[in-house]
Amino acid sequence: MTTMNSPALMPYDDVIAQFDPVMGLEVHVELNTKTKMFCGCATEFGAAPNTQVCPVCLGLPGALPALNRKGVEGAIRIGLALNCEIAQWCRFARKNYFYPDMPKNFQTSQYDEPIAFNGWLDVPVETDEGVQVFRVEIERAHMEEDTGKTSHLGGATGRIQGADYSVVDYNRAGIPLIEIVTKPIVGAGKNAPAVARAYVSMLRDLLRALDVSDVRMDQGSLRCDANVSLRASADSPFGTRTETKNVNSLRSIEKAIRYEMQRQAAVLAGGGQVTQETRHWHEDTNLTTSGRSKEEAEDYRYFPEPDLVPIAPSREWVEQLRATLPEPPAARRARLQEQWGVNDTEMDSIINAGAVDLVVATIAAGADHTAARKWWLGELARTANDQGVDLADLAITPADIVDVERLIAAGTINDKLAREVIAGILAGEGTAEQVVARRGLQIVGDDSALLAAIEQAIAEQPDVAEKIRGGKVAAAGAVVGAVMKATRGQADAAKVRALLLAHLGVEDA
Amino acid sequence: MASPEITPDDVAHLARLARIDIPADRLAYYAGQLEVILGSIAKVSEVAGDDVPATSHPQPLTNAFREDEPGQSLTAEQALSGAPSVEDSRFRVPRILDEEA
Repeated sequence: MTTMNSPALMPYDDVIAQFDPVMGLEVHVELNTKTKMFCGCATEFGAAPNTQVCPVCLGLPGALPALNRKGVEGAIRIGLALNCEIAQWCRFARKNYFYPDMPKNFQTSQYDEPIAFNGWLDVPVETDEGVQVFRVEIERAHMEEDTGKTSHLGGATGRIQGADYSVVDYNRAGIPLIEIVTKPIVGAGKNAPAVARAYVSMLRDLLRALDVSDVRMDQGSLRCDANVSLRASADSPFGTRTETKNVNSLRSIEKAIRYEMQRQAAVLAGGGQVTQETRHWHEDTNLTTSGRSKEEAEDYRYFPEPDLVPIAPSREWVEQLRATLPEPPAARRARLQEQWGVNDTEMDSIINAGAVDLVVATIAAGADHTAARKWWLGELARTANDQGVDLADLAITPADIVDVERLIAAGTINDKLAREVIAGILAGEGTAEQVVARRGLQIVGDDSALLAAIEQAIAEQPDVAEKIRGGKVAAAGAVVGAVMKATRGQADAAKVRALLLAHLGVEDA
Repeated sequence: MASPEITPDDVAHLARLARIDIPADRLAYYAGQLEVILGSIAKVSEVAGDDVPATSHPQPLTNAFREDEPGQSLTAEQALSGAPSVEDSRFRVPRILDEEA
C-alpha cells in the first residue's frame, strides 16, 4: 500500500514499454460576451462580489432566461473552426445537482443535442523525431453556463477539506461556457503528454484568433480536465480512467498526464486496480490527489430545458459565421513568415515561444515587426521562461510594447533604459510613461547638462581630447564612454558623440 | 406503453438526489403515487403515433434570442438581502464536505 501523499510512480520509460495510454480532454472556455448567457448581467472579471447578478442568474423564483445571440454565435464559430458539423436543431437541458456554486440547483447545459459535433483539429507536436502532426478528433462542443466562485474559509489550507464554511460570489454564474470534448485520443504512446499540451495550446491560439474568449488559463477563462487510462496494448479494451481537474497551465497539462500515467502504471503493475475517480492536480507539489470517487454513477436527471425554445441555426446563418473564421493556422503561418521576412527556423522559434499572436497584436497596435519580434522573443521570452509562465500570461500587453517603442523613437529612452521600463511594467508599476517618471529613466537630453559632463570628461582625459582634435575621431569613444558612465546610461550615445565633436570643432569622419 | 414500475428503492434514490427526507415507512406509499402519475402520462404515448415528435415546449418557436446588451443587475445589497447568512458581500454557506470544489 502507498500513502495518499506519496504514491508509487513507475519510471516513464517503463510505463511506455508496458502500457498504451488513452486520453480524453475536456476544455471549458468562457466566452468574452459583454453579458451572461441567459441574462443581461455584465461579465467583467474582478468586479466587486455579487454586483453582476440578477434574479435569473441567482435562480430566484419566477425568473426566466433569455438566450444571448452572441453566445450561440461564439459556439457555432468554435464548432466550425474545429471542423465540426453544426446541429440543424438542438436544445438546452437541465443538469440537476445541488451545490452552492449553482444557485438554480441545476446548470443549463446541453445533453444529447450539442450544437457542434464530429470535428477534428490537426496539432503539430514536438517529438524526439521532429515535429509531427497529430489529428485530435472532437466529439462535441456544447453550450452551458459557468458557476459561481466559492472560497473555503476557516481551515488551515484554504482548501475545501477542513474548511469550516464557504462563501460564494455569483458574478461568474451564468457566464457563457463552451465545453469542448475530444474523442478518446489513442496512438500517441510516449508523446501522449506532449500531444495533450499541444492540443490545448493550439486550441487556445485558435480561440484567441476567433476572438471568442480571453483564453486566460490563470484567470480560469480556459480550463482543462484530463481523462487518462492505461491498457496493456493498442488491441486491449480501454482501462479504467481517472479525471484530473484543476489543471491551470499548459505545463501542468503535460505534467499531470505524465504523472497520472506513472501512478496508474505503478498501481496496475502492483496487481491493483485503478479507481475510477476525480483527482485534483496540485500546482505546488506537482501531484494529484483523490477527489470524489465515482463508484455511484452520477445521476443528473437531464431533461430538456422548458424555459428556452430550441435553437435551429439556418444554414445561411452558419455560412455567414463560417465566413468570419480566421484563416487556417498553416496558411497564416506562411503569410506571416513572408510578411515578416523570417526563415523557417526563426518562424519556428516564434511559434514555439507562443509569440505569434502577441507579435501580430503588437504590430497591429503600431510597432514595426522587427521591434515586436525583438521584445517578445528576447527580453520577454526570457522573463516568461524564468518565471515558468507562458508569454501570453506576462503582465504586459502589446500596447505596452508599442508605448515603449514610441518612447525610444522620441529619444526619451534608449534601448538599455527600455529594458528597465519593461521590467517596471512587468512589476506592475504602471504604463511605460509612468515607469519612466517613477524610476527617473528619462535620457539626459538637456544639452547644457551633457556639455558639462563632456567638459568634465575632456578635463579628465586631455590627451584623448588632443588626439581627437588632431583628427583621430575614432578616439572619441573613450570620452563618450566616460560621459555615458557619468550620466548612468541615461544619455543618447550618438548625441553625446555629436556634441563632443562639435565642442572640439572636429568634423565627423 | 406499459406504465413503469416504481420501487421504494427508486423513491429513496430520488429523495436522496432531491434532498428530501422521506421516512422509510413512507417510501412504498410514494412509490405507488409516482407510479400512478407516470402511468397517466404514459397514456399520451398510446395516443401519439410515431409521426408525432416529443415536445419540450408548448410554443412552436425556435431561435428566441436576446442581443448582447447589458441590462439591469441588482446591487450587492439587493442580491444578498434574502440570504440567511452573508460575509464580506458574499453568500455564506455551510461547510461543503465530500464534494468537489
